[in-house]
Amino acid sequence: MRYAMAIDTRKCVGCSDCVVACQTENNVPIGFCRDWVSETVDGTYPNVSIELRSERCNHCDSSPCVRCCPTGASHFEDGGIVLVTHHKCIGCGACIQSCPYEARYSHPDGYVDKCTFCIHRVRKGEDPACVSVCPTKCMFFGDLDDPNSEIVNVLKNRKFKALAPEAGTKPQIFYLV
Amino acid sequence: MKEELFVSGRNIPNIDPYLHIWHWQIPIYLFLGGLAAGILFLAGVYTILGKDKEMQATVKWAPFIVPFALIIGLFMLFLDLKHKLYFWQLYTTIRLESPMGWGAWVLMIMTPISIIWSASYVREVFPNWDWKFKFLYTFEAWVIKNRWFIAWPMAIYAVILGIYTGILLSAFNARPLWNTTILGPLFLVSGMSTGAASIILMSKNHEERRLIGRLDLLFIAVELFFITHMIMGFLAGSEVQIQAAQLFLGGEFTVPFFVFVIFLGLLLPAVLEILELIGFKVPIVIPAILVLIGGLIFRFIMVEAGQITRYLY
Repeated sequence: MRYAMAIDTRKCVGCSDCVVACQTENNVPIGFCRDWVSETVDGTYPNVSIELRSERCNHCDSSPCVRCCPTGASHFEDGGIVLVTHHKCIGCGACIQSCPYEARYSHPDGYVDKCTFCIHRVRKGEDPACVSVCPTKCMFFGDLDDPNSEIVNVLKNRKFKALAPEAGTKPQIFYLV
Repeated sequence: MKEELFVSGRNIPNIDPYLHIWHWQIPIYLFLGGLAAGILFLAGVYTILGKDKEMQATVKWAPFIVPFALIIGLFMLFLDLKHKLYFWQLYTTIRLESPMGWGAWVLMIMTPISIIWSASYVREVFPNWDWKFKFLYTFEAWVIKNRWFIAWPMAIYAVILGIYTGILLSAFNARPLWNTTILGPLFLVSGMSTGAASIILMSKNHEERRLIGRLDLLFIAVELFFITHMIMGFLAGSEVQIQAAQLFLGGEFTVPFFVFVIFLGLLLPAVLEILELIGFKVPIVIPAILVLIGGLIFRFIMVEAGQITRYLY
């Protein structure tokens, strides 16, 4: 089992519904977020193109955050989901420094927090909150080891990229381009 | 074709400034760790060489700083933690892959060694010192008898501690300025240099100061060589590393780096030490203080600058 996400940058309109859904679902403190929308503009007017990306923890296969954690608070759950055990985290900040995606932040309560792929929903067979609310249906969540899953199908038929693969982290969020 | 690219990242006030998570505590911790490593290494080496009578400040006086430096350093690390009450979990886990974990354990070994080392000299410094308990006198006698054997692990652990202060940063691939293997050796020699400088400050013996001064000159030369190589390595690297080097070559850290670290912290003390060696009357205290301040500023600059370098995508 290997959970992953595919996000269609050509369908995303940058509405930030995913951000709000995540904040609501996971009780993210005000002023913080576990996912966010990035906008990159290429070219010179009038020949410009915009890419919108809903970004979050990449739940990397080779996670520098899990490696550098001195207490084992950052760890892998089934399906490759990277989680932080709050009561094991000492807040040293090593994982925040180690993440090339800047996906982690220091929660006001002291521990480090980040996207969990909504593991509490996934275990019940539901999609993560961000995926479930997307009005353009541009996000796909599923198991890469299941050949019949929608995400495998979409990755088979579309061109895609991952963010900063040169960081050697083997990220598991794929952007359809 | 003209191309314009900009990223309007996220705009979330409580996150973006706070990803810069390490503040003044970490550079002070790294500085004190390096200083302690330098002193203990030299103390260990001169004990092993059987020169403890000639090198009083190196073997006896300067190591008194070390337990305080390490305890303050550990306290700085504690201050840096955001989930402070859970700090003890550093010592209930062994994570071989985590530099932070290694550091915690190395300090856990190093601090008692340094305390025992200094304690064995306490009665030479304060002849009226009373250990109160008989077993402490027995232990003291045992340590004094076995100093030569204790000096070995002490010198070796000092090298590990010194290198670790660099590896703590260099292990982070996500911060291109830190992600160079030379940072470990660089912080080690820089620590040796600050250790030598504090020995010079404490020594009253002219011969000892000359000898340690010469060693310091060697450390400074190696440090300059490593810094040059670090920057050359960056410039020959990928775009993220080139941008990291640009911080020192025209970017926002150029002036503090070249003025305080390279000129005042390395070149000027080196010149003053050379002048002293060839016979000019230079108060050796001046280069020693410059080296110490330069070493501290160097760590501040590396920690600050490293945190603004990142992967580009």
